[in-house]
Amino acid sequence: MLWNLIAPLIVLSVALYGLFRRVDIFSAMITGAKEGISVSARILPALVPLLGAITMLRSSGGLGALSSLCAPAFDLLGIPPECAPLIIIRPFSGSGALAMGAGLMAAYGPDSLIGRTTAVMLGSTETTFYAVSVICGAAGIGKTRYIIPAALLGDLAGYITAAAAVRWLF
Amino acid sequence: MAISVMFCIMMALSIIFASVNGTTAQAGNGLMEGAQDAVTLVIGMMGTLCLWCGVTEVMRQSGLSDKLTRLLRHPIRILFPEAREDMSLHGDLAGAISANILGLGNAATPLSIRACSSLHRISGNTGAASDSACMLVILGATSIQIFPSTIAAVRAGAGAQSSFDILPAVWLTTLVSCTVSVGFGLIMRHRG
Repeated sequence: MLWNLIAPLIVLSVALYGLFRRVDIFSAMITGAKEGISVSARILPALVPLLGAITMLRSSGGLGALSSLCAPAFDLLGIPPECAPLIIIRPFSGSGALAMGAGLMAAYGPDSLIGRTTAVMLGSTETTFYAVSVICGAAGIGKTRYIIPAALLGDLAGYITAAAAVRWLF
Repeated sequence: MAISVMFCIMMALSIIFASVNGTTAQAGNGLMEGAQDAVTLVIGMMGTLCLWCGVTEVMRQSGLSDKLTRLLRHPIRILFPEAREDMSLHGDLAGAISANILGLGNAATPLSIRACSSLHRISGNTGAASDSACMLVILGATSIQIFPSTIAAVRAGAGAQSSFDILPAVWLTTLVSCTVSVGFGLIMRHRG
């Protein structure tokens, strides 16, 4: 019940605080919304080929075959095997993972166990290899030492928790 | 580069599976359907995304983001011992971490790069990352997420009953994931 109102409550509280601090909140919201349009425009070109390829892989039966191949290992960790392709792509590409997640939500329904697990995995992890290479590359760091193992270990813990949390909470 | 390879693998696998399974018609249509779905999906999530970007902008202009930044002073002292004396570096670190937590992807990356360069300079610009620089990159790669607005937008676009009902699960997951990676980083720091 509360979750239905959380979004409006956050919007209202932020807006009231802005008004209290004498911010022209409406023009600020418009400025922000323009940013939202440019974010959407930036991810669309990447989503088109990726969602095309993913839908094709799903409708050819390939996604199902790959999932059942990974099933034993994922079962052990309590992760739905259908999420395997998402987990593989997640550390490499943000838009790829988003397309994969959208594909899984469309196929199994956004409120299904798989759809929700997908959303939680996407919402609580980052594009690990991309983030590490961009930040280290720009800062001139050559040897990343234990950064990659630490980040990937965190991701793995996240995937297991995501599946467990969705099972437990819904 | 990795994504280009993945794309080719997915296409090749689809064609092989379609031929073996006799699902060539579905697979052929699937490619076009997916491309169309991408546009529908982006249009579906655009409104939600614009709304949240607007709210974020109000938080920035009203100083609410800075308030969160100030809350981060103590964690920063613990995680970045090398930065203890340097207040401007403190500001950089707090900015980078809070942008990550708030999910401001566009601001988070440049802020992280700036803070990471400063940390790297303090450690004498050797090729390898200092422990504090490692910690910052780890935090950037597995940051705590308070409000996953893009995913909520995708859920709304896909027709979810309540697109935010995943929030408690996301908080739990992000907390576990961040604790594990930061904990691993701390263990490695004290070992070496």
